[in-house]
Amino acid sequence: MSPISEYELAEALAGAHGPLRIRGGGTRTLDVDGGDTLSTGQMTGITLHEPGALTLVAKAGTPVSDIRAALRAENQRLAFEPMDHRPLLGTTGAPTIGGVVAGNVSGPRRIAVGAARDFMLGVRFVDGTGRILKNGGRVMKNVTGYDLVRLLTGSHGTLGVLSEVSLKVLPDVDAAATLLLSGLSDTQAVKALSAGLGSPFEITGAAHDPEAGETRLRIEGFANSVTYRAGRLRDLLAPFGRAEVQEGKAGTAETWAAIRDVTDFADRAGDVWRLSVKPSDAPALVARSGAETVRYDWGGGLVWLLMPEGVDLRANLGPFKGHATLIRADEETRRALPAFQPENPVLARLTAELRAKFDPRGVLNPGVMA
Amino acid sequence: MEMPEPDADVVSRKGHLVERLQNALPPGAVIHDTTELRAYECDALTAYTCPPLCAVLPTSTEEVAAVLRICHDEGVPVVPRGAGTSLAGGALATADAVMLGTARLNAVIETNYDDRYIRVQSGRTNLSVTGAVEERGFFYAPDPSSQLACAIAGNIAMNSGGAHCLKYGVTTNNLLGVTMVLMDGTVTEIGGAHLDAGGLDLLGLICGSEGQLGVVTEATLRILHKPEGARPVLMGYDSSEVAGQVVNDIIKAGVLPVAIEFMDRPCIEATEAFAKAGYPMCEALLIVEVEGSDAEIDEQLGLIMQIAARHDPVELREAKDADEAGRIWLGRKSAFGAMGQINDYMCLDGTIPVSELPFVLRRIAELAQEYGLAVANVFHAGDGNMHPLILYNANTPGEQEKCEALGADILRLCVEVGGCLTGEHGVGIEKRDLMLVQYGPDDLDAQMAVKDVFDPAWLLNAAKVFPLAASKSHRIAAE
Repeated sequence: MSPISEYELAEALAGAHGPLRIRGGGTRTLDVDGGDTLSTGQMTGITLHEPGALTLVAKAGTPVSDIRAALRAENQRLAFEPMDHRPLLGTTGAPTIGGVVAGNVSGPRRIAVGAARDFMLGVRFVDGTGRILKNGGRVMKNVTGYDLVRLLTGSHGTLGVLSEVSLKVLPDVDAAATLLLSGLSDTQAVKALSAGLGSPFEITGAAHDPEAGETRLRIEGFANSVTYRAGRLRDLLAPFGRAEVQEGKAGTAETWAAIRDVTDFADRAGDVWRLSVKPSDAPALVARSGAETVRYDWGGGLVWLLMPEGVDLRANLGPFKGHATLIRADEETRRALPAFQPENPVLARLTAELRAKFDPRGVLNPGVMA
Repeated sequence: MEMPEPDADVVSRKGHLVERLQNALPPGAVIHDTTELRAYECDALTAYTCPPLCAVLPTSTEEVAAVLRICHDEGVPVVPRGAGTSLAGGALATADAVMLGTARLNAVIETNYDDRYIRVQSGRTNLSVTGAVEERGFFYAPDPSSQLACAIAGNIAMNSGGAHCLKYGVTTNNLLGVTMVLMDGTVTEIGGAHLDAGGLDLLGLICGSEGQLGVVTEATLRILHKPEGARPVLMGYDSSEVAGQVVNDIIKAGVLPVAIEFMDRPCIEATEAFAKAGYPMCEALLIVEVEGSDAEIDEQLGLIMQIAARHDPVELREAKDADEAGRIWLGRKSAFGAMGQINDYMCLDGTIPVSELPFVLRRIAELAQEYGLAVANVFHAGDGNMHPLILYNANTPGEQEKCEALGADILRLCVEVGGCLTGEHGVGIEKRDLMLVQYGPDDLDAQMAVKDVFDPAWLLNAAKVFPLAASKSHRIAAE
């Protein structure tokens, strides 16, 4: 099924007889228990873009590339820089804005400006009974009633199928630079990144590659400001070695797109896990993870782990604060291990009951996030 | 403002209830004397008052859980209260309710500069969160104007904003985790010091739920290093259209100021009489503030001044030093006090798309004239969050009703142009009956279904947010 309008989407959901797999561009894997595919790919188009109000509204199936192009024309961007999963997962198709929102997909700039959830202004969606619902709107500050916008963001199609999303966008920057430190241990690297992030110099990317021994911090803004902050940061980070400053917007964009998409793991065998923790906890967790190698982002708060196939990362870690998500594995492993971090019993109960309210017949992506 | 009838049976059991609460809490934590309870009869929406049955001031998550278990067990409504600064009546009690105050939950639990967070008990005031970390150069970003008094618990309940959220976001963008007690006494953690949810974003759902889903007792908040400096520029224009265009041009030019504040002529006149900040008398005044090092500020302000100058300002003044910066902010910061000195006022909080600013200001002036009341406008222009202040005299019979009717018309206008009823104050009781202007019945049902999950008995702050007629079936089903 591939409805072309919200109305058709509502009809499709009201008339659903069994489980549905909800699909945007199909660039990610979700383990749904059987069922027909319901695609939002035909519901496309930017319905509103007000550059002076930093606002964009688009139908859920709109390709992210279309949105990027429209924003670029006004010197704006999606500041949370959503990751493109295709290289890592070997998928084809085009990421849609609805998919980005449903997965709360963000990139390295998350530490500075927030995740997809933080840029969401409003949603229109259809719940599991076929009701067309809306929440939020298109203005930047809105506390009118409960925030179902954030509840739907990152709900992976389990509470409703998005038909339209409204986003805050930001101006693009004039200039960018990367500071590169070399030869740091994981612990030292996270300390260096923390020092940068705890400074007034507005770091918008903080990553570490232990295999190459390379630790990077990104700065963006007006040209003079970037040069100034790069100098101040180099001084601040002197205890960690001499940082090389790599200026240039295009080069910086390329470097951070590769970090964002974890392209290093694209052609390497093994399962890929994504771990969200407090940055200073990360090195010790990595040490007991059993990972072949890792990549740190978000100042250490996000760790991508390349694990031997079929190994349960969560079992290796034991109890920890944060969450681990299985991103890439063969079918057998995905059947054996839950992709999403199991929640504490109270949150698990609340989640199940919320799903039952929004989707009483259990037709929306059953098995996902369960 | 209609409130549900107090449950006579609950009221008749006051003695028994107070005794159970006293047994569960430290001495002095239960307030039940009628005179003392007057302190809890209203929040900052002072037009409506009702003392609660009793008030409790727990000091820990365990004590909050004990209170809620007892109330759940006894079928007694609970109204949580942060510092009582709600402008929307979010903490207004009913006569059969236990008011749960967070005033004694004020400890700092942990500060972590490496990972950039602070964990506090929820009754701690907003400004004292920054106070706990500023020695190391850090701050907590959301800055509601009541930040000296308001509590983090209330900030989370209302998803509070502030003058600087154009750059730093509102509470939900700066909240990492909470400890929350459900109405039945169940305690749970949501989130923590890490980023984003592993499952559904229940933290995002809790934030802004107006104390209807649970009571937050502890919060983990993101802290940031202060910028090297900040400097405002003041500009005056002959029309609000032009000022609106300036805001639009600044944002389109790629500058992201931390604040863009707007004041109209009635507001300028009142604040000048009160604070003598030396503002120009004009139709529209903007204060734009940017941050960074001196050189960075110069660069950004240079660009902003260029844009401002293109639109033929009646005044354009850049702060050269801290003293001048202080004077530029002086009038804006005393605007509400200045208004309060000349009149009673009602402060609205609708948000509109920035592009609709000139139209909305014109229409507000027309509506004000129709009602025969004066309206002054002072607001966060960068994000479209308006604060029309309707001036009235509470001692003139009928004037409060007239003021509320005008307020409702202005909020309908905000929704009509694509905005919303409330940008940062919350719905409370004040805008409860306007919810159907913004949402359809199904939209509200979906929200109320969330409350059914978290608080099936509808005991927590149940008379707020939703029109009583709309929530009635849920409340009755809960009995």
